[in-house]
Amino acid sequence: MKYIFRILRFDPGEDQSPCFQDFVYETEEKKSLLEALMDIRNDQDCSLSFRYSCREAVCGSCAMVINGQFDLACRTMVESLSTSLIVIEPLPNLEIQKDLIVDMEPFWRALFAVEPYLFVGETKPEKGHRIEDREMEKIDQFVNCIMCGCCYSACPVVARDERYLGPAALAKLYRFVKDPRDERAYKRWSRVNTETGAWGCDTVFKCNEVCPRKVRPADGIEGLRRRLILGKVRSVFKRGQ
Amino acid sequence: MITHDILVVGGGLAGLSAALSADPRLSLAVISRVHPLRSHSVAAQGGINAALGNTPEGKDDNWEKHAFDTIKGSDYLADQAAAELMCREAIPAIYDMEHFGVPFSRSPGGLIAQRPFGGAGIPRTCFAADRTGLVIAHTLFEQAIKRRVKVYDEALVTKLVVENGRCVGVIIYDLATGQILPIRARAVLFATGGYGRVYLRTTNAYINHGSGIGIAYRAGVALKDMEFVQFHPTAIYPKNILITEAARGEGGYLLNNKGQRFMADYAPSAMELAPRDIVARAIQTEVDKGNGFEDEYVHLDLRHLGQKKIDKRLPSVREICLKFGGLDPVEKPIPIQPAQHYSMGGIDVDVRCATSLPGFYAAGECACVSVHGANRLGGNSLLDTVVFGKIAGREASNFVKGLEKKYGTEKLLLDEAVAEKAKVDSWLSRSGGKMAHHLLNDLKVVMSEKAGIFRTKKQLAEALEAIREIRDDYGRAFISGQCLRYSQAIVNLIEFGYMVDLTEVITLGALLREETRGSHYRLDFPKRDDGGWLKHTLVSLRDRKPEVSYRGVQITKYQPQERKY
Repeated sequence: MKYIFRILRFDPGEDQSPCFQDFVYETEEKKSLLEALMDIRNDQDCSLSFRYSCREAVCGSCAMVINGQFDLACRTMVESLSTSLIVIEPLPNLEIQKDLIVDMEPFWRALFAVEPYLFVGETKPEKGHRIEDREMEKIDQFVNCIMCGCCYSACPVVARDERYLGPAALAKLYRFVKDPRDERAYKRWSRVNTETGAWGCDTVFKCNEVCPRKVRPADGIEGLRRRLILGKVRSVFKRGQ
Repeated sequence: MITHDILVVGGGLAGLSAALSADPRLSLAVISRVHPLRSHSVAAQGGINAALGNTPEGKDDNWEKHAFDTIKGSDYLADQAAAELMCREAIPAIYDMEHFGVPFSRSPGGLIAQRPFGGAGIPRTCFAADRTGLVIAHTLFEQAIKRRVKVYDEALVTKLVVENGRCVGVIIYDLATGQILPIRARAVLFATGGYGRVYLRTTNAYINHGSGIGIAYRAGVALKDMEFVQFHPTAIYPKNILITEAARGEGGYLLNNKGQRFMADYAPSAMELAPRDIVARAIQTEVDKGNGFEDEYVHLDLRHLGQKKIDKRLPSVREICLKFGGLDPVEKPIPIQPAQHYSMGGIDVDVRCATSLPGFYAAGECACVSVHGANRLGGNSLLDTVVFGKIAGREASNFVKGLEKKYGTEKLLLDEAVAEKAKVDSWLSRSGGKMAHHLLNDLKVVMSEKAGIFRTKKQLAEALEAIREIRDDYGRAFISGQCLRYSQAIVNLIEFGYMVDLTEVITLGALLREETRGSHYRLDFPKRDDGGWLKHTLVSLRDRKPEVSYRGVQITKYQPQERKY
């Protein structure tokens, strides 16, 4: 089978603006898009740059936009695209560093801002906490996140307001708020009670749609909102007493 | 010049554990060729061993039993005091991780759940569904954020810098800028992982070229037991993505083309849960006898577990099968074949993770303590990374605090960087030659065909010759294009040189070791020979040639006995 790979190329130091370059690629094997990109790089242009590592959809390196869809290159089979023209672009909402490599810095900054780690309490039971599996199940989908950046890049709110923390970071915060072992103070995490935090979401659910790991970050954002409202009601109630 | 007290190379589990255990008053940085969360550790699925005794079947478990299983599993090549140390430290290590926030799966009653794994009679493997490596890596990274650990990502270390017999820093290729720079450090700690990509079939990530091990070797540090290469029994055919041992731990069967659970012929009591070397050989033997499918694979059957259990305990396995194998394990058996998975050997270190080079430490898969001997048990690699990563971080800190002389000479480091840069420039200036990725493929073919699961003197000797020819070709290797920024081609070319060294050491060790032990199976010497070979292979580079020596195995209380399962 013969394909045209139309890849967005850009080297900010050299080029004025990004432009597409076509590569002809032939294969009879069942190749993933990542394998195809590596073949093209090896055989046609070794300056073609893209990130990769695990090739099994767990490291989150190779997120990109493939024929308009956000996905990991490693888990996308070329033939499954059912077309001979394959258009590949880097993740939007992030600056291109080179070709398909984007600057993830804003994404990480948003993550750091939510203090994404367990706040352990005073009591550290010697044999670990006793937690029923059904409690852990509540954070199951969120710990499946691989920080690939698809949701952040697809988010229309991030697109128009770079201060917005975005789906991955907020879902991560919810993962901890919901963790029975976490004892972070409400006052501390409720800093996301803002338009650039939990209330920034437009609820168009692009994040849920594009996640290659079946995480629903919007569930986490919704969960944070519920908790924030509950917190507000409680504080009003307390004042009234 | 960038300067730190301690430089940790590698951001996987061993590297992050080291960074978190180092003295926080010291200046420390982690440097990695990828972002830490892109490290291969995230691909570990099945679990991490510790004798917690949390299950009814395993309530009498203790670290001594864990140590015995580890040592027997190692075919008695593990240093026993080291294995005991690891198994003892396993228990507090798991609880540390629990308090760091690792979302372990729980058993009824709320304790950390444990499942059976190969080579252990009882459930001892703690897990988080089948994404244990992913959640531990993310949790350690979260702790690194909390402690504001400095991370330089996307920079490949290309060389160790040694001054007056002490490690004083490294040279790096910074992908983002394309620059080649020195980093000065009072101690360097390698946690650079394995070298799976020297084989055609491997479960390892694309980044696992093993250059860290090669860099240590070039710096004069010995490599230990490199001939012991683990082949995981169950990699999905044909993409060779790992299907965790937990699939068998949860009750999966291995079936040949006659529908037989053939493990009955190879390990009648442990069956599918025999150690990996034994199961991998059994599968390969069945395929070689014509009992496989398409002469390539056998079946791993999970159908009898039912969808509910598969979705709860093995969700990633199902996802991998659906995405990469085009089948649903709820409905169909999984085609699997053995593939390279892990390196028991590595940089020679003692139980403090110190090498023979002062100021240079190593931990995790790149290092060999040795706790895994000739065959590692499933669930012991994550354990190795967190236990010895922690020890390495602490020991490197102690080393730095005890130093009188502070840093290496700036000029020396700068000169070394210039020399590395000149090497890269000479590659870029070539207009023709052998394409680097073709050479790499040639090397993989040699290793797969001649230094795989079954080995003979003839094949190993041929492999050694072929590897030395490939080394000559490396001197003329060629890449097209000029770009220095984010050039994976340059990364690959730098690493390739080290891969040639590694394959030479693996093959040479295998050729000389005229016995069968653990993963090293010699068709021409099919018996274990404790009289002649109860010893570690050490290979060092002397006058640009590998020099081989041996060191006896340390025995505490477990006398070698026949290994039956």
